[in-house]
Parts: sequence; C-alpha cells; structure tokens
Amino acid sequence: MTGTPPPRIAFREVTKSFGPKEVLRGVTLDIPVGESMVIIGGSGTGKSVALKTVLGIIPHDGGTIEIDGVAVGRTRRDDFLSRFGMLFQGGALFDSLPVWQNVAFRLRQGRDRLSKSDARDLAIEKLRRVGLKADVADLFPAELSGGMQKRVGLARAIAAEPEIIFFDEPTTGLDPIMSGVINELIREIVVEMGATAMTITHDMSSVRAIADKVAMLHDGKIRWTGPVDQIETSGDPYMDQFLHGRAEGPIEAVR
Amino acid sequence: MQALTQIDNFLAAIGRSVIGICAAVGRVVIFAAIAISHMVRPPFYPVEFLHQVMRIGYYSLPVVGMTALFTGGALALQIYAGGARFNAESVVPAIVAIGMVRELGPVLGGLMVAGRVSSSIAAEMGTMRVTEQIDALTTLSTNPMKYLVAPRILAATLCMPILVAVGDVIGIMGGWAVGIYRLNFSGATYIQNTIDFLQPIDIWSGLVKAAVFGFIVALMGCYHGYSSGRGAQGVGRATTNAVVSASVLILACNYALTELFFST
Repeated sequence: MTGTPPPRIAFREVTKSFGPKEVLRGVTLDIPVGESMVIIGGSGTGKSVALKTVLGIIPHDGGTIEIDGVAVGRTRRDDFLSRFGMLFQGGALFDSLPVWQNVAFRLRQGRDRLSKSDARDLAIEKLRRVGLKADVADLFPAELSGGMQKRVGLARAIAAEPEIIFFDEPTTGLDPIMSGVINELIREIVVEMGATAMTITHDMSSVRAIADKVAMLHDGKIRWTGPVDQIETSGDPYMDQFLHGRAEGPIEAVR
Repeated sequence: MQALTQIDNFLAAIGRSVIGICAAVGRVVIFAAIAISHMVRPPFYPVEFLHQVMRIGYYSLPVVGMTALFTGGALALQIYAGGARFNAESVVPAIVAIGMVRELGPVLGGLMVAGRVSSSIAAEMGTMRVTEQIDALTTLSTNPMKYLVAPRILAATLCMPILVAVGDVIGIMGGWAVGIYRLNFSGATYIQNTIDFLQPIDIWSGLVKAAVFGFIVALMGCYHGYSSGRGAQGVGRATTNAVVSASVLILACNYALTELFFST
C-alpha cells in the first residue's frame, strides 16, 4: 500500500510563549520534500522562533513538529541534527577558527569524521561552490566582508550535504547587488542538492528569488500560504499590506 | 492597617529576594552538574582543552607570578615589623612560607585569575551567545556544554594548583629577597627555616584551595557568559557578574576550606 508521503517538515498547532508574551499561537504548516518554503512577516512576529523550534534550539510549548512524520525529539539528537544545515542571520561564524575550519566543522566531528587534509579539500571545494577562492580558506572571519561571511556561512550550511536547509534572514545587512547574488546562490544550491529549504525573511526580492511557496506569519499564526506566483493575487489583506509596504491595513505599524 | 500592609510588602520583598537567590543558586548548581557530566562522557575535545590550558594556565603565569613576588616581599616586611615588637624577627621565613602557601598564594592567585580569566570567558561566551555562535554549534551536531564549557572548567581546575604552586615558590623567593637584602637575614638560613617549618598539609591544603578556586573562576565565567542577555549591555553585565561572583565565591569558599583544614 502506498500512500501520500508525509511532509518533510510539519508544524501542527505549535505554540511558544516567553513569559506572558505569546509568540507562536498555533502555527500549522506543511513543507513537502524538495520544496523551498519562505516564511515572511514583520519583525518580532516569531519567524526565527518557529525555525529554531524545529531544531530544538528553542523548545516549543505545545503542538507537534514532525520531520518525515516523526515528531522531533523521538530520534537520536546527533542523527536528527545531521539532516540539517543552517545559515544564520549574522553568519554566526566561529571567530577563533579560520574559514576552512568553520566550513568543515561538522565534517571533523563524530564517528565518521574526515582527516584534516580531506576536510580542508572539501571545505575549499564548498567555498568555490559559493564563489570564494581557495586563498580565503586560511583567513579568519573577522577579515572578511559581510557578503563573504554570508557565503562562508552558506558553504558551512551545505558542507555535509544536508537534506533540509534553513536560511535565517539571508540577505540582511547586504547591499542589493550582493543580496541578489546570495539569493541566486541559495536557489541554485537548493535545486542542485534537491534539499528542502525553509527561509525566514522580510526581503521581498529574496521571496521571489528563492521561494516555491510562501507563508505569511502574523500575530503568531500563519495568515496565508500559497505558491510564490500567487502572492500578488492572494486577496489576503495582511499579505497585500506586507507586499506593498503600506502603513495602512490590518497589520498595525508602530510609529 | 497601613502599617500592616507595609510590613506585608516588606516581608514579600524579602521573600522574593530569597526565592530569587535560591533560584540563581539552583541554576548554577544544575549548570555545574551538567558541565561535570560532560567532562566524563565522550566525545572529548583534547585540542580545545589544550588551547584552554595555554590560555588559562600558561598566559596567567606572569600575573600570578608578579602578584606572588610583591606579596611575598611585603609580607616579609610586615612580619618583621610585627615580630620586632616581641623580639621574634626570626619567624619571618616561617610565617612568610605558611602565609603564602596556605592563604595568600591561592587566594590572591585565585582573585587575579578571576579578574583575568572569568571576565575573558564570560565576554567570549556572551559574544558567542549574542552572535548565535552557540546556536550554530548546536546545529552542527556539537553540544556547546561539551565543546565550550567542559574544557574551560577542566583546564582551570587542573591549571590553578600548578599556577599557585609556582606562585608560592615565587612568593617565598620574594620574601627571601627582602629578607636577605633588606632585613639582613642569611640566605641559607632563611631557606633552611622555610623548609624546616613547612609541612605537607600546608602545601596540599593550599593546592586543594587552588583547584576549587580554579573551578569557581571558570564556572562563573562560563555560566554568566552562556546565559548572557542580548546586546553589548548583556555581555558587559555578564562580564561584571562573572568577576564579582567569582571573587566573592573565592573568598567565601576560602573561609569554608580554611575552617575545614584548621584542625589539621
């Protein structure tokens, strides 16, 4: 008997509060295998929290999060995390390690860790994939520009060829040209690897470049979800206001 | 009626403070227990441990050495001045030795290392927390408690006794130098008196204190850095709290350990 495969990532009525502040108020969302889902929403609406609850960095209070139909926390933590790669908002590169050791960090851990020379070769290959030359490998993160740090972060996220990649605000702090380059790279890499991607952003150029589907998070709930080519015609007042950056509408703008 | 309300509020405020202190102590104890459990469970990170040995132990040698040298010298002068009142100037070598080895070596060494290492660990880990580097470690299948915290605490606990032992020798030499050049002691007699007077309990009680202080220094640095608040202000507060709490705990534990060793 063959049924429909479970979504790669499934949120079911997920809730999370910090003290009296309810950040997630019942998020329900499916991300099928191989799909690139972009979650948009204003600052402080819980986008990053939703992403970190999947990885267990922030534990959720209620509801369930499933990966391939299995609730998170049911599998061995190392095996679970080995399926993920993540590009952090600020890069989150380790200051004390040179670039190649940042990229190869995961490859040097665990039972199947690579030798130093193999890990370095693989790191350089990944750096080339994101458009960086081999001579960057021995520099420290502080010696790189913001755009280069994002590329190194991207190389680190894909180094172990994960099945699921998370991108947290991938273009924040970059100029429009560099943002375009990073967006294109993300799209190319996600398609090439066949990975399932979940991106958090409020940059609409990233949405159009990266997304297969878009979900709008507001007030702790998913307000709208649909294919990226339908965002202009969604008919959802929240989506419309966010898309066109209007101060007037159902989303209250703090002046 | 108003007086009763004021008493009620006053008692409630005391209660809140006590609960807050108990909760903070509980968090530190749980943090320490988790860190210790990671020290004895694989995977281990020997390279990270050796890096911390260099940073916490080797690079603290000049600070601890200079502190011990000047303290030993000053101690010799003070004991000579005090001893002269009872015609007991000859006790200088013995009291300098026991003062340095049992008390001043570990306490001043611990306080100096607290200022140097606790602050550095808290600032480093606080920055890692704020810039999401600790979260990044988790996503890279690496437990931050095991990779960051355990090697630092282990390195500090093992390095402090060695640092203090070296500091004790330098402190006694400081007393010796003042004794022979300033107070006209015979160099050979000074050293012989020191050796004759010191007992094994003096040495190992000081080294046990040093190990405990090393543990406290790294634990406070790691705890406050790991749980640092957001932004530069959060990291600054974590750094201050690490140094202050490490210093106070060192002095409090010093009294407790001295009581423990008092009868021996």
